[in-house]
Amino acid sequence: MREIKTSDITQAVKNLCLEANYCMGNDLKERIRYFSETERSETGKEILSVILENYDLAEKERMAVCQDTGVAVFFVRIGQDVHITGGSFYNAINEGVRLGYEDGCLRKSIIKDPVFKRLNTKDNTPAIIHTRIVSGKELEITMMPKGSGAENMSEVRMLRANDGLKEIKNFVIEKVKDAGGKPCPPIIVGVGVGGNFERCAILSKIALLRETGKPNGDPNWAMVEKELLEEINRLGIGPQGLGGTTTALGVHILVEPCHIACLPVAINIQCHANRHKTIKM
Amino acid sequence: MRDEAHKRFSYMIIKKEKLPFNLRGQVIYYVGPAPTPYGKVIGSAGPTSSYRMDPYTPQLLEKGLKATIGKGQRDKAVIDSMVKNKAVYLVAVGGAAVLISKTIKSSKVIAFNELGHEAVRELEVENFPCIVANDIYGNDIFIQGVNEWKR
Repeated sequence: MREIKTSDITQAVKNLCLEANYCMGNDLKERIRYFSETERSETGKEILSVILENYDLAEKERMAVCQDTGVAVFFVRIGQDVHITGGSFYNAINEGVRLGYEDGCLRKSIIKDPVFKRLNTKDNTPAIIHTRIVSGKELEITMMPKGSGAENMSEVRMLRANDGLKEIKNFVIEKVKDAGGKPCPPIIVGVGVGGNFERCAILSKIALLRETGKPNGDPNWAMVEKELLEEINRLGIGPQGLGGTTTALGVHILVEPCHIACLPVAINIQCHANRHKTIKM
Repeated sequence: MRDEAHKRFSYMIIKKEKLPFNLRGQVIYYVGPAPTPYGKVIGSAGPTSSYRMDPYTPQLLEKGLKATIGKGQRDKAVIDSMVKNKAVYLVAVGGAAVLISKTIKSSKVIAFNELGHEAVRELEVENFPCIVANDIYGNDIFIQGVNEWKR
């Protein structure tokens, strides 16, 4: 048994909120640099270079890469030999969000009721926290600020069991095409296949945490990702939707077993600012 | 100025109430900036998706609004109204929020202060980077760009 204090969790979460919003991952920057070389539209090229310049400036000035600092989404893996002491684990995370968003000049975008009054909670809480109990005595916390521009272009669809790859691909292409310039392309397309209705949605979001553009571990799915990425980049949408050959930086598919009678598929679109940071305690 | 302020403007126009500022000849930037860090003019301030303002935009254009700035494509009613009212739509790079914030030289809340980052601000800008997406002739860069590059 290993003890971890909630006060340490709060401090770690606060730092994650700041780092995730200020500093973009090297994998993402590398991927955008790669596409800056291959992009054929001059406007597209220029937009990609503006995006990279903004990332550098955000890091240097310690300012949010994007003003939409999103919903604070957490994926937590709790080792079953960890004992969390000093209060509620969920409160500790929310307190970290509160401190991080306040001290870091991050925008508070959460409203108490989605329809009635739409009052801002003023501290960007509550966070959305997904936990999983795993073996061991480590606590791993991943923080992902998810903006709404791309989130709004996402969808869960229950396909028919025999619809197979063809309909999965059609669904992805349809969503990317309809979204056009709205989700701030170049995008990253997270796809969850299998599980059930809610599980595939979570899978599609976890898929976004993979190193940008890194192929799937399963060669069959790696091929599907490659084919989808090529097809998406032939749509012509381009950076910011103004036309070009870089519409997506990657398609990440995450697959889990499912019931014989269904084929749940979720698509979680992510803007180019694919922000996430992880800490192991 | 963004969602909630647009809803209020629309309501005020229908009710024939006086608007917080005269729209004639004005430019509206769709933005909900991050809080202002110490010593800076404004926080991160990139464009938000414009389509959410589409239901209200023609009403505002009828009142003399000349340009809007945001990101992403507009609907047909907005594009038609821009042709009719000789107005344009410009796009800024979504997610270039720090770079854009550097071009904002002053910022002052002029209406709906209680809305926080959704309040209406008067911004003074210099070399604000944007691209014409829809002109007064009905041209649409989103359609033209995609047609040029789709294979």
